[in-house]
Amino acid sequence: MSKLVIERLASQFGDRILETSDFRGDDSARVAADAWLEVAKFLKSECGMNQFTDMTAVDYPEREPEEPRFEVVLCVRSTSTNQRVRLKTRVEDGKTLPTLIPVWAGADWGEREIFDMFGIRFEGHPDLRRILLYEEFEGHPLRKDYPIEKTQPLIAYRDTTAHVAKLPPFGADEGQPFGRIQWQERLKGRDQQVSPAIAVQTGQRQALSQTSAGGSAAGTEE
Amino acid sequence: MEPIEDELSEEGALELPSEPMRLNMGPSHPAMHGTIRMVLDLDGETIQNVDIQPGYLHRGFEKSCERGTWQQVFPYADRLNYVSPMLNNNGFAWAVEKLLGIKIPERGEYYRVILGELARICDHLTCNGASAMELGAFTPFLWMLKLRDFIWDILEEETGARMTHSFARIGGMAKPPTSNLERNVLELIPKFEAQLIECEKTVLRNRIFLDRMEKVGILTQARAIELGVTGVMLRSTGVDYDVRKAHPYSVYDRFDFDVPVGHDGDNYDRFLCRMEEMRQSLRIIKQALQQIPKDGPVSVDDVRVMLPEKPKVYSTIEGTIAHFKLVMEGIKVPAGEVYSFSEAGNGELGFFIVSDGSGTPYRVRCRPPCWFNLNAAHEMIRGGMIADIIPTFGSVNMIGGECDR
Repeated sequence: MSKLVIERLASQFGDRILETSDFRGDDSARVAADAWLEVAKFLKSECGMNQFTDMTAVDYPEREPEEPRFEVVLCVRSTSTNQRVRLKTRVEDGKTLPTLIPVWAGADWGEREIFDMFGIRFEGHPDLRRILLYEEFEGHPLRKDYPIEKTQPLIAYRDTTAHVAKLPPFGADEGQPFGRIQWQERLKGRDQQVSPAIAVQTGQRQALSQTSAGGSAAGTEE
Repeated sequence: MEPIEDELSEEGALELPSEPMRLNMGPSHPAMHGTIRMVLDLDGETIQNVDIQPGYLHRGFEKSCERGTWQQVFPYADRLNYVSPMLNNNGFAWAVEKLLGIKIPERGEYYRVILGELARICDHLTCNGASAMELGAFTPFLWMLKLRDFIWDILEEETGARMTHSFARIGGMAKPPTSNLERNVLELIPKFEAQLIECEKTVLRNRIFLDRMEKVGILTQARAIELGVTGVMLRSTGVDYDVRKAHPYSVYDRFDFDVPVGHDGDNYDRFLCRMEEMRQSLRIIKQALQQIPKDGPVSVDDVRVMLPEKPKVYSTIEGTIAHFKLVMEGIKVPAGEVYSFSEAGNGELGFFIVSDGSGTPYRVRCRPPCWFNLNAAHEMIRGGMIADIIPTFGSVNMIGGECDR
C-alpha cells in the first residue's frame, strides 16, 4: 500500500536509500544518516506523511566496527491516505543525528527518550535532557551492554535492620525486616524473611530469651 | 487592617514581585494521578510555561522484556495500562503473531474483541469518573466505579483476575469463553446504559462542570496530528482516526459501529467522546456475542506456539517435550522486525518488536499512546489558569504505568 511512497523515495534519493523492505507488510526504508533530515522533510511535504507516530532506537553492538551500532527507527503515517512508512538509519556511538522537531513536533519526547535510553544525541534539539530517568543516572539502560541487574539508587538501600527501631509492642526481630531481601543470604540459608518463630525452630535465629542484649530493647534503644 | 507602609517605595508605588513564580505541582499531588511532576512558571494564576516531567513510575519494561521469553512479556504488558490490561495483552499478542505470521481461530479473535472492548469501557469509565470527581461531582464517580466493578466481575469470571489478567497468549487465549459470558454481558448492558444516562444527567448540564470543561484545554487539529496525538484526544479535535476503522485489524471490519468525533478539542469534547465510545463499545460487544462461533478452538493448534493441553503433557512424550521446550526455550519467533498497532484506551498502542530468532525478544518497544498525548498537554496547559490543569490533565487520561513503562 505504501510501496509507492518507498519507490518515490528511492527515485528521489537514489543510492542514499540503502535498503528497503516490506517484511510482513510493513514498508520501511533505511537511509544514510546524512540524509535523515532531508528524507524526513520530503516524506512530510511531498508524500503527505503528516502524522508523527513513533520514534525509537535499537542497539546492535555486534555490528561494530564494520557498521554503526545504533539503528534509529521512525514511524509516520498519513492522515489523508492512511499510509504508513518506517524510516531507519544507523548511527555510531558518539555521533549525532539532526533533530526532527522542525518537521514533526512530536519528535521532541521521542528524541529525549532515545537520548535517555541509548545516549544518542540529536543536534538542534532545544531541550535534550533525560526524561524517564533522573539527572544523576549514569549510563543508558537500553544499551545491550548495560547489565539488567545494575541498580543506581539515589538514596542507598538499607542493608541492615540493626539501626532501625521497631516500636513497641514489636520486638526487634518481629515482623518483616525493613531492609531489602538479601537473595544471596537466602540462598546460603540465612533467610531473613521467615517468621521469627520458624527461624528459631530451624536454628537460623536465637530465641529472644536467649539473646544477651535482650531482643526488644536492642531495637528501641538506638 | 494596618496600612502597608514599609513596602511602599519612594514614589509611593507598591513594589510587587514581577518575576514569574515557580511552582512544583506533583509528583505527589491528588490530581496528578499516575505520579507526575509539573514545573509551572506562574504569572499570578496564569501559567506562562510548564515543564511536564514523567518518569516516576519507570520500571524498565522494555529492558525487562529482553531477558525472558516472549510469553513472559504478558504480565509486564498487563501493568502498562493497568486500567485496561486486556487491550495491552491483545496488542502484544497481535504484534508477536504478526511477526510469526499466524492467524488465530475466529473464536479467539472474537473473544479478544469482547474482552478488549469491556476493558476499553473500564478505561473510559475511570477517566470520565475521575474527571467529574475532580470537579466536585462525586456521585457520578461512584456510579461509574460501581459499573466498572460489574465489568471487573465479568472479567474475573472469564480470566480469573480482576485487573492483571495475563490472559492472552501468543497464538490464542488461555481459556475458551465461559458459558456464562453471554448471559452476564447481556444482563449488564441495559443496567449499564441506564446508569450511564444517570451519570450524564448529573454533570452535562451542570453549570460548574460546563464552566470548567468547555473551551478549556484546547488542542488544535493541526498541532494534534503533528504531535502524534491519537485516540480520544485526536478525535476530539475532529480527526476521525480510530485504528479499528482506519486499519481494521482482527475482526473489527465485521462490526457496525461509529467513531465519535468532537470539533473543539476541549475537555468537554473529550468527555463526550469517551461517553459515546462506551456506547459504541457496547454495540461492538453485542454484535460480537452474536457472531462468535459457539464452539471450536480459541488458539492455534501448533505446539511450537501454544502449550499443549495438560492431558497430552502428562500422557504423551511429544506433549511433554513440546511443553518443556516452550517453557524452557520459549517460542522461536523468526528473525525480523514489525510494528503492530491497535486501538487501546488512550489511542494507538504500538509494539515495535525485533526478534533475532532465539526464544527471547531482542527488543520490545512499546509506543504508549499517553506518551505523545502528554507531550501535547504542554500546549493545552500553557496560557491557562492553574485550576484548569486539573480537568485538562484529567481528560488527557495519562496512565503512569503506560507512560513511564
